[in-house]
Amino acid sequence: MKSDMEAYFHSVTLDSDACKGCTHCVKRCPTEAIRVRDGKAKIIKERCIDCGECIRVCPHHAKQAIFDPLSAIDAFPYKIALPAPALYGQFNNLDDVDILLEAIRMMGFDEVFEVARAAEIVSDATRHMMSGGMVVRPVISSACPAVLRLIQVRFPELIPHVLPLCAPIEVAARMAKREAAARTGRPAAEIGVVFISPCPAKVTAVKRPMGSKVSAVDAVVAVRDVYPKLIRLMKQVKAPEELASSGRMGLGWGSSGGEAAALLNDRYLAADGIENVIKVLEDLEDDKFTDLDFVELNACSAGCVGGVLNVENPYVAKAKLKRIRKYLPVSCNHIGDEVPREVKYDQMVEYQPVMELDADLGKAMEKMMRMQEIEASLPGLDCGSCGAPTCRALAEDVVRGFASEDDCIYRMREKLYAQKGEDEKK
Amino acid sequence: MHYVVPPDDFTRAGEASSAVKKTLKQIGMNPDVIRRVAIAMYEGEINMVIHAHGGEITVDVAPDRVDMVLADEGPGIADIERAMQAGYSTAPEEVRNLGFGAGMGLPNMKKYTDEMTVESTLGVGTTVRMSVFNHAG
Repeated sequence: MKSDMEAYFHSVTLDSDACKGCTHCVKRCPTEAIRVRDGKAKIIKERCIDCGECIRVCPHHAKQAIFDPLSAIDAFPYKIALPAPALYGQFNNLDDVDILLEAIRMMGFDEVFEVARAAEIVSDATRHMMSGGMVVRPVISSACPAVLRLIQVRFPELIPHVLPLCAPIEVAARMAKREAAARTGRPAAEIGVVFISPCPAKVTAVKRPMGSKVSAVDAVVAVRDVYPKLIRLMKQVKAPEELASSGRMGLGWGSSGGEAAALLNDRYLAADGIENVIKVLEDLEDDKFTDLDFVELNACSAGCVGGVLNVENPYVAKAKLKRIRKYLPVSCNHIGDEVPREVKYDQMVEYQPVMELDADLGKAMEKMMRMQEIEASLPGLDCGSCGAPTCRALAEDVVRGFASEDDCIYRMREKLYAQKGEDEKK
Repeated sequence: MHYVVPPDDFTRAGEASSAVKKTLKQIGMNPDVIRRVAIAMYEGEINMVIHAHGGEITVDVAPDRVDMVLADEGPGIADIERAMQAGYSTAPEEVRNLGFGAGMGLPNMKKYTDEMTVESTLGVGTTVRMSVFNHAG
């Protein structure tokens, strides 16, 4: 799946036939990246952060996520599955993690590598980097790819605060490949790793990574796609092998607050849900927090268990995850004295000024003046009938040359009445 | 740009600086300038709510500078020099309980801006003028 990489790949796409041209997604998008044009919702590619909010709210299921079919693993002689911590919270009465892991293996994998293992490594590495004072405080978690992309397009001043460590999924893929190559003697090209993902943003993060040039993950399947299969297979598991090798810290990453709690430092904040995340980022930008060391941000409510590719209600999944974690050891995976290379970013996240009106400051200011004039002349109802989320966004589109003031139906009505009045005079 | 800061409503304080921040981002202003303007203006807004029953803010943007005028008809500042000292505050107890009134408002405004003047007359009101320069522009 790496062959079709492009500058703005997105895992969130539109099924034009199913789209009715309503404005649910337009109004909900946190980066104002959707417009209804010619009766269909169009995604402005540069702005989309793949958070999946539009998938969540679309009443016609026209917004979809692209991911790989399970058959994608067939291309590799040696197959490894990477289950996300959020997956563990999807099942009823799961007391023994090994039953789940065994069932995953039975889907056709040679090996299962828990992402939670890598999460514990990342937690350890984060503690190490923070005690060394290597990142500007408060340190912002880099685990949620939708949040990372949001910072990249809307909060450039906060980029130096971003923890320059790869997300657990990336670390897991690297570790799994390295360990499997050493154990089996196979070349890396023969080893395929497949992530079982709770969200579309992770798909994008694999196809178009931010902290490295290429991702070590070979394919991404959706939790909801493998769920029915797993339910069936779990019933067949009699005496599972002892496969679980992560503790409560690693699995804790599946819900909001888990990553922060694993730092063993009380001076943290954990926010979840994209609106709340944006408010926290705004406040961070204004220096409103003075006593914080770490900020954990998850685009989905309740954290990764809230991802749109999951099956279970996010809060129910969170409760289930909590129960599973209860009798696990605290942490089973640790780094040595140094943060290993495979955990670190290869490249820093760069600002992408996609919201600017013009690359030239003077021209941008002229456009802003015109935009404010147009906005003042619009009714201010933010009704969405023109296809833009707000009157301000329509004004912006007009200035950018993508729309006309006549797209406003109230404007149109005024014109018609004026015309009618003139006709009657004649 | 012109904003009215409503009196005695902490939940709405910060709205004006937030709006200015959004506008400056959209015209592609230097991020460091945006940050300094946002912080200085936010502090000013909070001051207006705590001490002056609200007020009015006018912001002028040019490629090389952002000028802010914060005017209120509050009680005025008795000793401007003292008010400019870090840690000095006349904020009432209930405001301090909210985490405000640490005596860092005016000092921070001074710290984050390139020019700042304070004119105040007791019983008439206070006008703060601040400018942030865009050295890159």
